[in-house]
Amino acid sequence: MSALLEVRRAVVRYRRARMPGPSLTAVDGVDFALQAGEIVALVGESGCGKSSLGRAILGLTPLADGEVRWRGRRIDTLSREAFRPLRRELQVVFQDPVASFDPRMPIAASVAEPLRALVGKLSVTERTARVERILAEVGLAGDTAARYPHQLSGGQLQRAGLARALIVDPAFLVCDEPVSALDVSVQGQIVNLLARIRRERGLACLFISHNLAVVANLADRILVMHRGRIVESGGCADVLHAPRHAETRKLLDSILPVDPVAARRRVEARPVPAAADAPARLTS
Amino acid sequence: MRGGLGRDVRAALVRDRLAVACATMLALLVLAAVAGPWLLEFDEDQVDWAHMATPPFEATGHWLGTDRLGRDLLVRTLHGLRVSLAIAFAATLVALVIGVAFGAFAGYRRGRTDALMMRFVDTLYALPQVFFVIILTVVFGRGPLTLLVAIGAFGWLTMARIVRGQALALREREFVEAAIAGGAGTLRIVTRHVIPNLLGPVIVYATLTLPQAILVESFLSFLGIGIQEPLASLGNLIADGAGELETAPWMLAVPAACLLLVVFCCNFLGDSLRDALDPRDQ
Amino acid sequence: MSALLEIGALTVDFRGSRPVRAVDGVSLGLGPRERLAIVGESGSGKSQLLLACTGLLAANGRAAGSVRFEGRELLGDARALQAVRGRGIGFVFQDASGSLTPHRRIGDQLAEVATLATGCSSGAGQEAAVEMLGRVRLADPGAIASLYPHQLSGGMRQRAAIALALIARPRILFADEPTTALDVTVQADVLALIAQLCAHLGMALLLVTHDLGVVAGLADRVAVMYAGRVVEEGGVADVLARPRHPYAAGLLAAVPRLDVRRELSSIPGSPPAPGDWPSGCRFGPRCPRRVARCEAQEPMLHAADVSRVACHFPLAAGEKP
Repeated sequence: MSALLEVRRAVVRYRRARMPGPSLTAVDGVDFALQAGEIVALVGESGCGKSSLGRAILGLTPLADGEVRWRGRRIDTLSREAFRPLRRELQVVFQDPVASFDPRMPIAASVAEPLRALVGKLSVTERTARVERILAEVGLAGDTAARYPHQLSGGQLQRAGLARALIVDPAFLVCDEPVSALDVSVQGQIVNLLARIRRERGLACLFISHNLAVVANLADRILVMHRGRIVESGGCADVLHAPRHAETRKLLDSILPVDPVAARRRVEARPVPAAADAPARLTS
Repeated sequence: MRGGLGRDVRAALVRDRLAVACATMLALLVLAAVAGPWLLEFDEDQVDWAHMATPPFEATGHWLGTDRLGRDLLVRTLHGLRVSLAIAFAATLVALVIGVAFGAFAGYRRGRTDALMMRFVDTLYALPQVFFVIILTVVFGRGPLTLLVAIGAFGWLTMARIVRGQALALREREFVEAAIAGGAGTLRIVTRHVIPNLLGPVIVYATLTLPQAILVESFLSFLGIGIQEPLASLGNLIADGAGELETAPWMLAVPAACLLLVVFCCNFLGDSLRDALDPRDQ
Repeated sequence: MSALLEIGALTVDFRGSRPVRAVDGVSLGLGPRERLAIVGESGSGKSQLLLACTGLLAANGRAAGSVRFEGRELLGDARALQAVRGRGIGFVFQDASGSLTPHRRIGDQLAEVATLATGCSSGAGQEAAVEMLGRVRLADPGAIASLYPHQLSGGMRQRAAIALALIARPRILFADEPTTALDVTVQADVLALIAQLCAHLGMALLLVTHDLGVVAGLADRVAVMYAGRVVEEGGVADVLARPRHPYAAGLLAAVPRLDVRRELSSIPGSPPAPGDWPSGCRFGPRCPRRVARCEAQEPMLHAADVSRVACHFPLAAGEKP
């Protein structure tokens, strides 16, 4: 069975704003494929290009080279207009829920927007009903619909973000660090919600994160990115318990345990290397 | 959307008592301009042969005196205010509509479209306004319509620039990207996301454009290019008054004071609104 | 051990169209060379607590209560605060741009602080700057000193900010989420650096963080804050191994772990917005152990074995919430 999503030799470059000279290569030749119903975690520290890759797949950033295929058809060359109908199938949840909602629109209007833009010919009552249903599905109480973004907590807003992405019944969801901006005590709510909904709907999902522990129970496969390339890829258990690449090991190491003995050992045993010059930062 | 913005405006104004005073004064002036002439006993061009060039506050029945043709100054000033305000409002509205549409579209599209559109604005900006007005007057004759076109045609330029800057910034915000990812097209994004979110600065600027329009109109009328006799505008009233400064100073003082009051209130209100709608306070 | 820093019933309010209380009566003590972590989530007031102690609150913020450094009252006394900043208390912000001026060279900034603090000559100040940059393990400190902040990467900038905080040899280092804005792979290094420097320079550490892993790795004692108050306080080993307050237990359980293959745990609901607190116990609405008394009466901090807890029904050893 051919893959749902295929990415081949993808390259994303940015011109440096206000500075002449060579552009920054955020994604430097990435290949991977995603099957229907699969959840793949894309992990790496900030600046590695994972968000840029996610945006390129969604057609929000152009590819400098390579191709992206959806159900066998090339989509990276589509114009903004031609891509629009595809957005019924490819949706996204953003990292910062507060920033991803228009502060001047009530939640119901924001959640309904993909419906209005992508699914024409729906009456107002039908639309309202669908909005109510999806809000209930993500666990938001009835009166949330009329509220404004600043009146909701981060966790509630992120649920609304999920609702907005799901209202058009997509086949594929890109989650760009969906819990990084949330309190730890709330992160689990969103991750578990996502897992449940995904199972129920059979969604394929690309979960982008910098924290391997968050995806440990969620992902089928893990892709580790470093400086624009995929340096390790494999089944979840394999990557977590038998990492092969140094970057994966670094990411695993960076997770501080909450057991004080182990944590203290981890911190104090580090030789505190002299900080060498890191590569220029990418605005990924 | 409207709930949010209206709420902010009201909350802000209530806090600043001087702003409230200015708003009230403006409202009263508008009311006076609209309703006043009907309520007063004299007409705009009615000549009172018995009381020519009489000063104000004397028991002549003319509260603010008369001009040298015996016309009641209060009535004429109110008429002048009416004309000036009408032209200024209309011109500001034209500037608003064209400027916002133009600027929002250019700022949202960025790239070549934006560059082209802004070059057009820059070119028009470089034209001297008075020169342009004179040409318009020669071609279309003097009168309110010419004036409206002249003021509006330049007023929208600065508005477009301001709006375009705001739109450029808004374009980068994540909720715009979320709307794109949700399948919204350019028109929907510009009308439902970009414009509502820049209405704050737009309202402020419009409140500051209004007094500018009044001043431009007054200036042009003063020069004799704008509103013509016997139609009164604050500008030509001031021109008349300036000619009689030594003999009948109230002829200048009354319309000038009126102009000053309107411009001051508008400017102050605009400043207060701008402070109030500053996103940093939210 | 006499307290180096004593915070007594500190309250922080913000004036405005709607007055808001961010910190509601917090009392903490810090002795020499001790490391205390204050951990909490959004709305807990932990950052405002730190800012209030050094007089860095926003213009509409008001702190009440007492903050004593080496016995001297700091709150409301601008001169005392001025004397204490840099020399008594060093401050590291979450974002290095909170301490480093963008338009001056790093070496100059450090040298200026050194000169002002110790009255030494500018030459000696420059030397001290280079020495400190070396101490924070920046390769080629002499070259770094001549650079501007934007020319360094985030991790290096934070090290420079730490150097700036320490150059006047303060007795306490205040750190507000010092590694949160850094790459995960760099965080552990910077934490290790802070630990080492505190040990070498004999400093106490007051650390504010939301990350329990950071607490475990760095602190001796921990105070857990929720909704403007301290709800549990004690030794790190003790509190993390067997938390007594349901919030602390819930927070610990919610930390994502690699070794356990199960669903992520979480606490239902979300932390209340500052000042928007429920009556009675502020954690009540989210607590699985809640009863009528919790809503009626707010629990005060009281001793429970070796730590202090603010709960009517603290967890027993090994009990899960």
